Order: sequence, then C-alpha cells, then structure tokens
Amino acid sequence: MLDDFDRRVLRHWQSDPSLSPAELAERCASTSGKVARRITRMQETGIIEGICAVIDWAALGYSVEVSLRVTLDKTQPRAFDDFIAAARDVPEVTEIQTFLGRVDVRLNIIARDMPHYQDIYRRRILTLPHIADIEALMQIAQIKAEEALPL
Amino acid sequence: MIDLDDIDRALLRALARDATQSAGTLGRHLGLSQPATWRRMRKLEGAGVLKGRHLRLNAEALGFGVTVFLGVKLATKGRVSLEDFERAVSAIPEVQRVEHVLGLYDYRLRVVARDLPDFERVLRRRIMTLPGVGEVEANVLLSEERRTGPIG
Repeated sequence: MLDDFDRRVLRHWQSDPSLSPAELAERCASTSGKVARRITRMQETGIIEGICAVIDWAALGYSVEVSLRVTLDKTQPRAFDDFIAAARDVPEVTEIQTFLGRVDVRLNIIARDMPHYQDIYRRRILTLPHIADIEALMQIAQIKAEEALPL
Repeated sequence: MIDLDDIDRALLRALARDATQSAGTLGRHLGLSQPATWRRMRKLEGAGVLKGRHLRLNAEALGFGVTVFLGVKLATKGRVSLEDFERAVSAIPEVQRVEHVLGLYDYRLRVVARDLPDFERVLRRRIMTLPGVGEVEANVLLSEERRTGPIG
C-alpha cells in the first residue's frame, strides 16, 4: 500500500516528470536513495507505468484537432470490434475510447488543415463500419492538459 | 515547421513509449552514434516537437476507478466571462483536461473520481456550481487506447 511519502513523491514527479531522483529527493526533503527505492517499488507494483515524451502535433504542422463522438449500430453484434479495428488503421487517429452513455466511441483526430481534415473525414472516417451517427467537436483551445491525478 | 525523416519518426515513436531512454540506447536501436542521436533529440526539442514529459500512472491502482468525459454547455453566453469559467473549472483537482470546443458543447472535460458516488459529489458540488454552467452530458469511460499518430 502507498503511504504519504509515496504520494508526495508522485505529486512532485507528476508536476515535473523531468526531475532526476536527486532533484525529486530535494523537493520531498529526503535522500535520493530513499526516493529511488520508493520509485522502484511503485514501478514493480505497476503504479508507475512509465514516462513518455509528449509530442506537440501543432509543431509538426497538425493544427486541427477534432473529437468525433460516434454512435454505432448495435444491432450488429461485432459493431465495436469491427469499428475499433478499422479505426486503428487510420494514422491520424490519436485516441480511441469506448463509453457507457449516449456516445459509444470517441476518436481523437488530428489533421494539418481543414481540407486535410475534410479528406480524412470523407475517405477514412465515414467509411468505417457500423456507424449510426457522428458528432464533431472541433478544438479551439486546450485550457488544461496535464492529465494529472489528484493525489 | 520541421521536416522529419524516417529516423526522426522512429526516434519520436521510441520516446513516446519511454522518454527515459538514453541517447546511447536509442542510437543502438536506430543504428546511430550516441552524439548523432543526441543532436536529433536536441533538434526535435528546439523545434518544439518534444514539448515535455508525462508521468504515466495507473489510475485504478491509485484508487481512481472512474473516468468520465463531460460535455458542458454554457447557459448564459455573453453574460458570463469564458475566463471566469475556465479559471474555476481548471482549479478543480479532479478535472484532468479542459478543452474549449466548437460544436454541440462549449467545453469538453475529463474528470477522474474514486467511484460513482465520488463522481456524483464532484459533479454536484464542483461542476454544477461553476459560473455560467448549463447543460452537462456525461459519458463513463470503459476503455481507452492511445495511438502513436501519424509518425508510424
């Protein structure tokens, strides 16, 4: 089980994942040995899954980001499996989520500009299997994006 | 804007999986020397393509069993300042993401909670009391996958 010290380590590391164990130890008012041991233990128990680089798609020329909320034809028994398998083949899809609610599946799509988005939408998205309805939310701005946990 | 070659794309894919790998380790996999790999990483950082790191935690193992995506409409557009709403919603610890969007809703939120009763508490006490909040639609997350995107 986690104690308060583990949580303190995660809080500081979460807010700045580029910190070294030594810097992390300083912020937690502890020693780097103790911090490193706790990190190793949390990696072994699967609490810490890893540190990944965040790619800024806008810097790569992808300035359009759209959230597509899809309702599937649930009379088709394989609707979810077929739809998700086909969506994985679209390179511009960056996230696939399934839900309990009015929306069945959400796809996060990036595109270079509006003509590019229109092309992806017509040729790759509308041709995905078992779609009953699609709603689009176009992103204007990211206000908060760190996806931190409230530890 | 920066033009990527195949090695840059392979480097980005590797770093998106695990950002803690050294230039030496990455270089061995890509058939590059350690300094050449380091130069490419610096170039990608300099161009703003690598904009930081994210600590991936297992939310469920930490007691956060429920993730909900919310679509929020503002009730009184023009009378409530978007800045006030954005400041207040961003200050809620359980709100992980806030996006200003165009379409059926005005904002898209990602919210974590310990369980459904905890989510109901966040929704009633924190979200529904936000300045200018109108209609709210909730969808409970069942599964999620992050894809590499168009660098594959």
